[in-house]
Amino acid sequence: MKIKRNTLLSLAGIALLAGAIAVADATLGRFSVRILNLSAIYIVLALSLNLLNGFTGLFSLGHAGFMAVGAYVSALLTMSPAQKDMNFFLEPIVPFLRDLQLPFPLALLAAGACAGLVAVVIGVPALRLRDDYLAIATLGFAEIIRVLITNAQSLTNGAQGLKAITKYSTTWVVWSVAALSVAFMLALVRSSYGRTMKAVRDDEVAAEAMGVNVFKVKSTSFVISSFMAGVGGALLGHMITTIDPKMFTLTLTFNILLIVVLGGNGSITGSVIGAIVVTVLMEALRFLDMPMNFLFIKTDGLPGLRMVIFSILLMIVVLYRQRGLMGNKEFNWDDFLGIFRRKGASGAGGRS
Amino acid sequence: MELSTFFQQLTNALSLGSLYALIAIGYTMVYGILRLINFAHGDVFMLGAYFAFYAATSLAMPWWVAFIVAIGLTAMFGMGLERVAYRPLRDSPKISVMISAIGASFLIENVGIVVFGGRPKSFPSIPLFDTVVHLGPVSVLSVSLFIPVITAAILVALLWIVNGTKTGLAMRAVSTDLDAARLMAIDVNRTISMTFGIGSLLAGLGGIMWTMKYPQLNPLMGVMPGLKCFIAAVIGGIGNIPGAVLGGFLLGVLEIMIVAFLPELTGYRDAFAFVLLIVVLLVKPSGLLGKHQAVKV
Amino acid sequence: MISTKDVSMRFGGLTAVSDLNIEIQKNEIVGLIGPNGAGKTTAFNTITGVYKPTEGRVIFKGRDITGQKPHAITRLGIARTFQNIRLWKDMDVLENVLVACHLRMDVGVAASTLHLPGYRAKERRSREFAMSLLESVGLADQAHEAATSLPYGKQRRLEIVRALATEPALLLLDEPAAGMNPQESLELMDFIGSIRDRYDLTILLIEHHMQVVMGVCSRMYVLDYGVTIAHGTPDEIRRDPKVIEAYLGVD
Repeated sequence: MKIKRNTLLSLAGIALLAGAIAVADATLGRFSVRILNLSAIYIVLALSLNLLNGFTGLFSLGHAGFMAVGAYVSALLTMSPAQKDMNFFLEPIVPFLRDLQLPFPLALLAAGACAGLVAVVIGVPALRLRDDYLAIATLGFAEIIRVLITNAQSLTNGAQGLKAITKYSTTWVVWSVAALSVAFMLALVRSSYGRTMKAVRDDEVAAEAMGVNVFKVKSTSFVISSFMAGVGGALLGHMITTIDPKMFTLTLTFNILLIVVLGGNGSITGSVIGAIVVTVLMEALRFLDMPMNFLFIKTDGLPGLRMVIFSILLMIVVLYRQRGLMGNKEFNWDDFLGIFRRKGASGAGGRS
Repeated sequence: MELSTFFQQLTNALSLGSLYALIAIGYTMVYGILRLINFAHGDVFMLGAYFAFYAATSLAMPWWVAFIVAIGLTAMFGMGLERVAYRPLRDSPKISVMISAIGASFLIENVGIVVFGGRPKSFPSIPLFDTVVHLGPVSVLSVSLFIPVITAAILVALLWIVNGTKTGLAMRAVSTDLDAARLMAIDVNRTISMTFGIGSLLAGLGGIMWTMKYPQLNPLMGVMPGLKCFIAAVIGGIGNIPGAVLGGFLLGVLEIMIVAFLPELTGYRDAFAFVLLIVVLLVKPSGLLGKHQAVKV
Repeated sequence: MISTKDVSMRFGGLTAVSDLNIEIQKNEIVGLIGPNGAGKTTAFNTITGVYKPTEGRVIFKGRDITGQKPHAITRLGIARTFQNIRLWKDMDVLENVLVACHLRMDVGVAASTLHLPGYRAKERRSREFAMSLLESVGLADQAHEAATSLPYGKQRRLEIVRALATEPALLLLDEPAAGMNPQESLELMDFIGSIRDRYDLTILLIEHHMQVVMGVCSRMYVLDYGVTIAHGTPDEIRRDPKVIEAYLGVD
């Protein structure tokens, strides 16, 4: 039966991927493993933005704000009092926070929950706005969050940021979260609720007329997306081990937007592939920013060249292939195997 | 607070406000005609400043020539931007255009970093703008006296163009209903190009004036002013030129006066604009002078 | 079943609808006609909650539903189609109908996402219901085709069937016969009559096609510039001088 075959293939595929990751983790150098794990975190982040943007049609530019909330909450909840004292040398930390220390899994959930809570506060007013206004309003909120973090010295250590965060983001942790996110998204999108989201995206007037509580769908999407972004931000913090407000700017949101657009707005597969490709590319192209000694040409390094290339890439995709790599299609075994069958067939066309 | 300090701050506020107003006009014109938030407007502003800088230093032009050249180049750049990044997407969903705008903005900024270098540059001093003028208890940079005058002149000129000329009529037609305008044999492409040209010209002029007041240039200098001026345009009523001026002044005054009266809020200065934006969007989304647009079902 | 009391809708200086007093009994098919721009769709929109009437009340099944949100009104049992077909482009025919089924499924996000057994049973039932609806209009074979790939007439039928999936008591049809040739219009007339009987509906119909309206409606209201200029049976309306004047030259 076809369904059984596809399920077996999927399970085999997953096992293969898990094995590959385990092997990579054991054999590759620290730098490469870091890129590998960064991809996983970006998968989570890309999926969260895709949920909002690609599946529900809400253009939000506030992602960096939610990531910041998640990163700070998780960092503050996992640091020991001693670590906190070390960090908060300008102004001591607020007392109730000082002795509060939670195990990582709880802190991670708390990070997502706090981000989700912020989304509720922001979403209720913002989601009433039209698409372009929503973009600016969410951007505004992200900036407000950043300014608040920079100024709340006794809560967040302000502009100094937090250092020596425990590196909880191991390969297993990040890739499990990534896998969980993919599974969650697949389940959500293929459910009845997922259909209503797409209806809201395509034509919300019609959706409302067919009994869909459009506002509730939008806010649910917003909160879930922010929860995931908070978790992603927390994982990022626990990987890089230092965070400060200047990390969470529009540039960060742009990078995630880039991944989603390149991979296909509305495709889970696209976001996964996009996240891995862009993360690797970001690192691979880092040499462009460095001083180069290429044959007779010596440059002093062109910092920013990397981002120029990515911006051009984004523009090309949005101008010429709006649907990105996968459009809004997902990976399925029939199409995948069909590629091979088509290449092997002689003369007469592909599949039926 | 002392009266003299109050007046000093008020003067600062008005001068900042008129600068914001100048830039906000460009935003509002483009949005009015295309329903597009031109995220790259702030970067066009930056380009105006840099063009003037290179014209005045590397090409050693007299300052007033440099200014004219820079403004002209900026206007052309703006029109080019529209043709490359926005025109192809005119029939596409809104989200694509917005992504293109953000992409263009980042592209310009990063090309700026590569070409101009990330380190700040100082604009050479121009005595006409650089002198400190004393008006009673208040000291102000001479450029701060020019800016409101220039802004007012431009406002009058624009209102005349938009309401009194055929081009302006075409602009208003296109902004009301693009397809209908096309059917009325209005050259929509040319009208939109003109609008972008004027808007970018104003952005360039704004960039140059900004540099006269704050002589440090860096490729990211347009980001914050760009955002704030967009917010100013929204506050005043997006698509409404006098509204943009009003919004700009309001924002400038608020920013300076709040910090003047409550110095402990200095760190939050940049956030004021965003808080104000959100308040306006919630209370009167069409802005202070804007009209409510009902959506036809 | 439904009545409007002195409903007026003003947009700034423009009065789109004034003093609308409609009353429809259960299982009636009532028409709403009038020249273009007469305010018919606006009247629909005040009933379905898209607009909040500037004045007046809307009473449905004894309840005052004035100003409630559209999705709440749909839940109470009023469904509609649109003048310009509003199908969801990125979904296929079946999915378009399934979205409308979601209302009566009463599942939350969690149950939905986790595909809990309760949800799965409801989903199965929805699919069966949706397919039966599609079969009743001959669209069952195209269930998995893109909704917008259907020919115009079938898209209209799909929109009607989608509205039926919300299990309404009152159905509002906005120019369902637009763009149809005489043959299709006749079929539509039969179709409207049959769904009224099969699903125990009450129907309010906006139409320009005089054939359809006269043939299927028991009563009609005539609007011109937002004002109700006539009301009665098809025969009465056909002979009313005010109506003829308003429609001069229009079929």
